[in-house]
Amino acid sequence: MQSFTAVVVNDVGLHARPAAVFVQTAAKFKSSIKIRNLTNGKDFVDAKSILGVLTLGVSKDHLVEVQLTGEDEQEAAKTLKDIFDNNFKGLL
Amino acid sequence: MNRSATPVNWVINGIAAAPGLASGSSLLWQKESLHFERQTGKDPQYERQRIDKAVKTAQEELELLRDRMISEKHEAEAIVFDAHILMLEDPTLLQYVDGLLKETLNAEAAWMDGIQFFSDQLASIPDATLKSRAADLNDAGLRVLRHLLGIKEGNLFEIGQPSILIARDLAPSETASMDKRKVLAFCTAEGGPTSHTAILAKAYGIPAVVGLGSAVLDIPNGTPILVDGRMGYVVVNPNEETLQSFAERKRLEGEKEEVEVRSAHAPATTQDGVTVEVVANVGNPDEAEKALDYGAEGIGLFRTEFIFLDRQTAPTEEEQSLAYQKVLEVMGNRPVVVRTIDVGGDKDIPYLDLGKEANPFLGWRAVRMCLDRPDFFKVQLRALWRASLGHDLRVMFPMIATLDEVRQAKSLLMEARQEVVQAGYSVADKIQVGIMVEVPSVAILADQFAREVDFFSIGTNDLTQYTLAAERTNPKVAHLGDACHPSVLRLIKMVIEAGHAFGLWVGVCGELAGDPDAAPILLGFGLDEFSMSPRAIPHAKAILRRWSKEQAKQLADQVIMLDSARQVRQKVREYSLGQNSR
Repeated sequence: MQSFTAVVVNDVGLHARPAAVFVQTAAKFKSSIKIRNLTNGKDFVDAKSILGVLTLGVSKDHLVEVQLTGEDEQEAAKTLKDIFDNNFKGLL
Repeated sequence: MNRSATPVNWVINGIAAAPGLASGSSLLWQKESLHFERQTGKDPQYERQRIDKAVKTAQEELELLRDRMISEKHEAEAIVFDAHILMLEDPTLLQYVDGLLKETLNAEAAWMDGIQFFSDQLASIPDATLKSRAADLNDAGLRVLRHLLGIKEGNLFEIGQPSILIARDLAPSETASMDKRKVLAFCTAEGGPTSHTAILAKAYGIPAVVGLGSAVLDIPNGTPILVDGRMGYVVVNPNEETLQSFAERKRLEGEKEEVEVRSAHAPATTQDGVTVEVVANVGNPDEAEKALDYGAEGIGLFRTEFIFLDRQTAPTEEEQSLAYQKVLEVMGNRPVVVRTIDVGGDKDIPYLDLGKEANPFLGWRAVRMCLDRPDFFKVQLRALWRASLGHDLRVMFPMIATLDEVRQAKSLLMEARQEVVQAGYSVADKIQVGIMVEVPSVAILADQFAREVDFFSIGTNDLTQYTLAAERTNPKVAHLGDACHPSVLRLIKMVIEAGHAFGLWVGVCGELAGDPDAAPILLGFGLDEFSMSPRAIPHAKAILRRWSKEQAKQLADQVIMLDSARQVRQKVREYSLGQNSR
């Protein structure tokens, strides 16, 4: 299992377009991927579910944790972490 | 936007789509909620398949909308549709819905419970952005429900007071159930001069301006608006001066129209004694009655699609036959040209499963689809034969591109006759068979096609879109699609001459036939039959009577040498002014 935490610095948090980009990217991997909001305490949801991710209510500066399990977990973790680290640069 | 924010005497220019002047207050076209039953005892697997199919169709619609938004540079709106598409394939949502299906709930109820559950969740989070995501989810969910119920978009909107109806664009399915008596004028943000809104508006004599841009969608309901459907503009919040001059123009136009309607039942005989036939384009039996009121001498184009739209199963031979009989009875012994079904990937007809195509107007439509499905096609052909006895019914095949297609269609028509006779029905000995000339290949080889048929009817809307490669429904290229373009006029001339050389009669059943600028040109080419929206008949007859065929011929010879549609129209107007001053 892989996991990482990230601070969402995007102005609109993980809503609208950023949420869609995150979910679409997660859906490309075979691994099971979960995400939770550590700031408001909302528990893990399926990272491949746009509705799940939206209900986490991730706003700007919230801390999220992503957990990944599966054959391509390493690659998935790197790709998704990069998205947060680069603040969705070039993806919106 | 509130009312005070709308500027005074705000003129918005669009594309003239249907003539006439209207003044009234604005009303934005909206879609209403859908109703469904809650049932149990259903097979979960079957219900899930229904959901999957509805979701897939909805996603395809959304993809089309998204791509259109992108091509029109409305990226922000395109993103909304992207989110809708993602929501509909959400694994969490489908898991929740599957749980309900296992309890044998029907697809509609399970689906909407799922949508409700998640939209409540989204709405409960104190964040304005997520509230609008909840609205997105509902919107996308309703789209799927609509497909589950087999309901067309926007069927349920009620117009209270007579109003000027504002919409993005209107689909045939939306306007079908609309109470047109309450529509003073149509104003759409999108669409071109031959869009469905334009054709419908002309058919009902309702002024229309299309392609006004999305600013019109922000006009608050109840705002006073003036609409000039001939010049193609609207005035929002008109001032006193504008209102008065508009009212005066409206009065004068009304007087003129009254005179024309009074003489509409007399034939269209030119100054030098040549009489041409003026007939109507209709889409259902009601319009046929209206056509007679406006002086139609027959039906030049009876569109049969209304029998096939808005239903889940194909109409039977009996049903179709009754529908055709209705129109034939209204028209007595006057000629009625029936066009066989003309649909393609732009229409959603569940039992035909036409599939979405990237270019439905260049795709598998009309006779192309029918010849691939002879069993389906022959139901219509048999129904036509059954209705034929004692009337002047003529059959016309649309979207013909090759001679082979004509021959195949004709042989199916003869097979259908034999089958009907064998089943014991009496039928007409012979009916006239013709083709629509709307694909340039047919115009170019008109002499070869003339050997195969009894008549040509030129569909100028499609002939124009194919000749100038300008899609009718795309507002960005709408200005290219003017049938008065000399290239189109020359093709029309070729078709008329080729037809006459083989003893055929030739008609025009596109919007061009009722176009005041084009009527004298077509007369000059020697056109035999002018088929148009019923409401356009009185004015067209009045124009034709003012010309002599000889003069018209001179005009026609000149305009085909010009190099643009604008020049052609200008020339006709100069000529007409010269006439009036004599």
